Amino acid sequence: MIHFVLLISRQGKVRLTKWYSPYSQKERSKVIRELSGLVLTRGPKLCNFVEWREFKVVYKRYASLYFCMCIDQDDNELEILEIIHHFVEILDRYFGSVCELDLIFNFHKAYYILDEILIAGELQESSKKTVARLIAAQDSLVEAAKEQASSISNIIAQATK
Amino acid sequence: MGSQGGFGQSKEFLDLVKSIGESRSKSEEDRIVLSEIETLRRRLSDPDVPKRKIKEYIVRLVYVEMLGHDASFGHIYAVKMTHDDNLLSKRTGYLAVTLFLNEDHDLIILIVNTIQKDLRSDNYLVVCVALNAVCRLINEETIPAVLPQVVELLGHPKEAVRKKAIMALHRFYQKSPSTVSHLVSNFRKKLCDNDPGVMGATLCPLFDLVTTDVNSYKDLVISFVSILKQVAEHRLPKTYDYHQMPAPFIQIKLLKILALLGSGDKQASEKMYTVVGDIFRKCDTTSNIGNAVLYECICCVSCIYPNTKLLEAAAESIAKFLKSDSHNLKYMGIDALGRLIKINLDIAEQHQLAVIDCLEDPDDTLKRKTFELLYKMTKSSNVEVIVDRMIDYMISINDNHYKTEIASRCVELAEQFAPSNQWFIQTMNRVFEHAGDLVNIKVVHNLMRLIAEGFGEDDETADSQLRSSAVESYLRIMSDPKLPSVFLQVICWVLGEYGTADGKYSTSYISGKLCDVAEAYSSDETVKEYAITALMKLHAFEMAAGRKIDMLPECQSLIEELSASHSTELQQRAYELQSLVSLDRRAVESVMPSDASCEDIEVDKELSFLDKHIQEAIERGAQPYIPESERSGSLNISNLSIRDQPEVSTQGLRFEAYELPKPVMQPKPSIPQASSTELVPVPESSYSRESTYAVPVPTVSSSASGSTELKLRLDGVQKKWGRPVYVSSSTPDVPSQNSENGVSRNDVSSILTSRPQPSLDYRKPPVEISSEKQRLAASLFGASSKTEQRTTSTHKAVKSTGQAAEKTQVAKPIDPSTPKAAPVQPPPDLLDLGDPITTSSAPEVDPFKQLDGLLDQSEHASVLSHTVDSSAKLPDIMSLYSGMPSGQTSGTVGSISVNGGHLISPSEVGGTLAPVGTSGPVQFSKGPNLKDALSKDARLSQMGVTPMSQNPNLFKDLLG
Repeated sequence: MIHFVLLISRQGKVRLTKWYSPYSQKERSKVIRELSGLVLTRGPKLCNFVEWREFKVVYKRYASLYFCMCIDQDDNELEILEIIHHFVEILDRYFGSVCELDLIFNFHKAYYILDEILIAGELQESSKKTVARLIAAQDSLVEAAKEQASSISNIIAQATK
Repeated sequence: MGSQGGFGQSKEFLDLVKSIGESRSKSEEDRIVLSEIETLRRRLSDPDVPKRKIKEYIVRLVYVEMLGHDASFGHIYAVKMTHDDNLLSKRTGYLAVTLFLNEDHDLIILIVNTIQKDLRSDNYLVVCVALNAVCRLINEETIPAVLPQVVELLGHPKEAVRKKAIMALHRFYQKSPSTVSHLVSNFRKKLCDNDPGVMGATLCPLFDLVTTDVNSYKDLVISFVSILKQVAEHRLPKTYDYHQMPAPFIQIKLLKILALLGSGDKQASEKMYTVVGDIFRKCDTTSNIGNAVLYECICCVSCIYPNTKLLEAAAESIAKFLKSDSHNLKYMGIDALGRLIKINLDIAEQHQLAVIDCLEDPDDTLKRKTFELLYKMTKSSNVEVIVDRMIDYMISINDNHYKTEIASRCVELAEQFAPSNQWFIQTMNRVFEHAGDLVNIKVVHNLMRLIAEGFGEDDETADSQLRSSAVESYLRIMSDPKLPSVFLQVICWVLGEYGTADGKYSTSYISGKLCDVAEAYSSDETVKEYAITALMKLHAFEMAAGRKIDMLPECQSLIEELSASHSTELQQRAYELQSLVSLDRRAVESVMPSDASCEDIEVDKELSFLDKHIQEAIERGAQPYIPESERSGSLNISNLSIRDQPEVSTQGLRFEAYELPKPVMQPKPSIPQASSTELVPVPESSYSRESTYAVPVPTVSSSASGSTELKLRLDGVQKKWGRPVYVSSSTPDVPSQNSENGVSRNDVSSILTSRPQPSLDYRKPPVEISSEKQRLAASLFGASSKTEQRTTSTHKAVKSTGQAAEKTQVAKPIDPSTPKAAPVQPPPDLLDLGDPITTSSAPEVDPFKQLDGLLDQSEHASVLSHTVDSSAKLPDIMSLYSGMPSGQTSGTVGSISVNGGHLISPSEVGGTLAPVGTSGPVQFSKGPNLKDALSKDARLSQMGVTPMSQNPNLFKDLLG
């Protein structure tokens, strides 16, 4: 199971955090501090895994951004590496050659996408197309909402009643 | 879509993100965030903010919290937002609460109602966001509130909803298995969902279910296999392809499940062989995802009932991983190797140089993984090298978590495989010295018990040797500054108990040392307690021996100091010591018997010595004692009668507390206290490893005394390595030896032939390997670690070609009477000496046997091979036995390779045998005297030297 997902910039700035196991706010900061110290200092040729506490952290660097996922001891590291890549590919498709700035300013979008890929610490969907379709469905609602901000809410309100 | 804006954020928000991005220091960032928090707090509390704005503020709160600041004041606004009818606001609200709140948060209760409503929504997107929140926020208590709706959603027309509902149920299962136990059949049904995404999601809960209860899912093996087959054959929609691999994530999940289902189940495993083999073949080893699937295949193969072909494929893949330049793949290779050696130990040997490369790699992760592998493949022949390495590494790191782990592993290995007392004590000393405070206190107690009890054998000499070597090393070490407390406790205890036992050190010398410790660690009360108790013992022993004691002045002052201590414990011990000294000899002897730490203390539980006193009292008219159970029984009865009264008038309101649970009310029949034994059960040595640990005393000259008893009792003990196999200790049967050999030879040879040797090519060591590495390899994988005893180490010689060469070269009969006996080449059929029976057949005292305590299978075999070697050369058995000892005293011995030893386990398992046949002559340096030679031989046989066939010089030297 994936315990959390972290996106950290090379400077150690947090770009996205998603916790699937309970951590208090204090623990979260501690974990982030510990891990950025651990991951950012590693050389480029070393392996993409770090043993940390009783877990393993799989990380991968894309440009200036580190994607980290914390997993159990008996999980398949290479698979997690590919889940990271899967996520990045979907981000890339969504933003159109994604860059760090996209994630900085639209981090909530990244969260929505992540919610369609991972749920409760497990991979829920491995088809890029399906994820893209769902996100698009939600976004089309956003667009519609923008156009008729007042009426759409009424429609949904009726629909949900 | 542009990188900035475009999604309707305000300029303010963009500025915030930008300014934080541009902040130069953490403090500057903190300042910005804090002022932002203030702004948000102000704005959110304003009742007139438009909804659209609140949504943005919530997103900003998420941002602030993500940066590690506390935004808990805003959580309630996020909760409110989930109530909103607008899907957009709702979505933002749900996102925020899932990020802000943990499942045990107080605000959750306010969301449950909304979630319930949303799960019923007609809009599947609303249902989806609600399900997302369910997965994150619903806890054990609130599961029943949403469970019926989630189950209903399993039949939702939209596959996205079904998928999330499955995952939600999986989450519920993780939280509280009992709540969904009646719904397990749903998972089975959903496995047949026509949407591959839903099917893939269903594998997650099924994996968990199978993990906890394999047997109820055996019927699904066929389904899983057929799904996997279809996936591998590219039958799923193209959208599930990932880098040209057909649905690799689903494949991996399926392989994981199959591994569980096939573990130890031959029937189930047989159904999987084909499909797993197909995947092995189809995997694209150039892509990362292909390797991920391959790795999973290896894991699967190493779990299920072994299949030769699949194991070969796995070994091949591992070889590729290890040879790869990518550290990731090396890491996976090492990990996979660790899994596979459980089945076939020889595989590690094939890759020893790669393993050593990884061990010396600058990458810490890789190094740790390699240590893990070494830990798994430790046996008595390589324990010294491995534990030494581990300790060195342990000293070099700062990570306490890992330090603790590696320290406990060192201790475990040392206890299990220690070749000698000296080494054991030294190793423990090093571990305690460097990681003392991290070591579990249990380990400390175990060590003390080990020293006290010896090894459960009746060999006092060995035990006392262990003790005196412990005492000696402790006396050397204890003056070092800054020893960990637990270590000092051990030292004090051992010195008190055994410091003067062998008469080497005087009481005053040791008590001086103990006083020094108590003084140097004056802040550590536990150490002081141990020290003063040790002093008490020393003095008691001294008095018991009839010597007059004159207490050292520093000891006197220590007692004085401690008798005024704040700690009552210390005070009491000090006073006890004082009064003990004033007792006479006989009293002291019974108070503090010498070397009685292992004696059971008899406690008269019944206090029968008081019987007389009681009798007298009763005669004088005292009330007899009523056992508590009877007393409370009568009380309960009176309670009942009292309680009955209010129950009569239950009509009105009752304000008193509820009744106690029923069982209490029933008067129990009195149970006489005649409980079992009179002995207080002194904690049995619950220390299971003790039995597997035994002392080898390579240099003991009195080998005649207990050599046969000294070996490890393997009867009925499961072997640590290899497949679970029980070793029987049959009676020696020399004449039948050959026939037995014949039988097992057939087994082995059939296996041998069934095993192709494609892996040979990567077993060849590169030519330019440094000698140091080779040395390390040799010591890790089965050769002597002592340089002076080692032959040149190209012992990973090409086996197939080497074997033939050896055979021709070593055709000379051994002459035991010659001081420089020729090396012995075991005839080919010796390879199957997988049967320890003949070991005990030697009526002679075999020095090796003293080592047997430590020997694992390989040693048995090597001893055995030795015997049989000779017998092959000398048909006359009697002369064989008379010849043997002299052959050994001459310091030359032929020893079969460790490979021969390993044969045992695989040959019994069947079908997992690696190519065998490295055996040949080994040159030993001659010890200067008999004792040395013996011990060296013993050690070498223990090391299981793998002889070199690629070394013509050596043969020349040996053979003239």
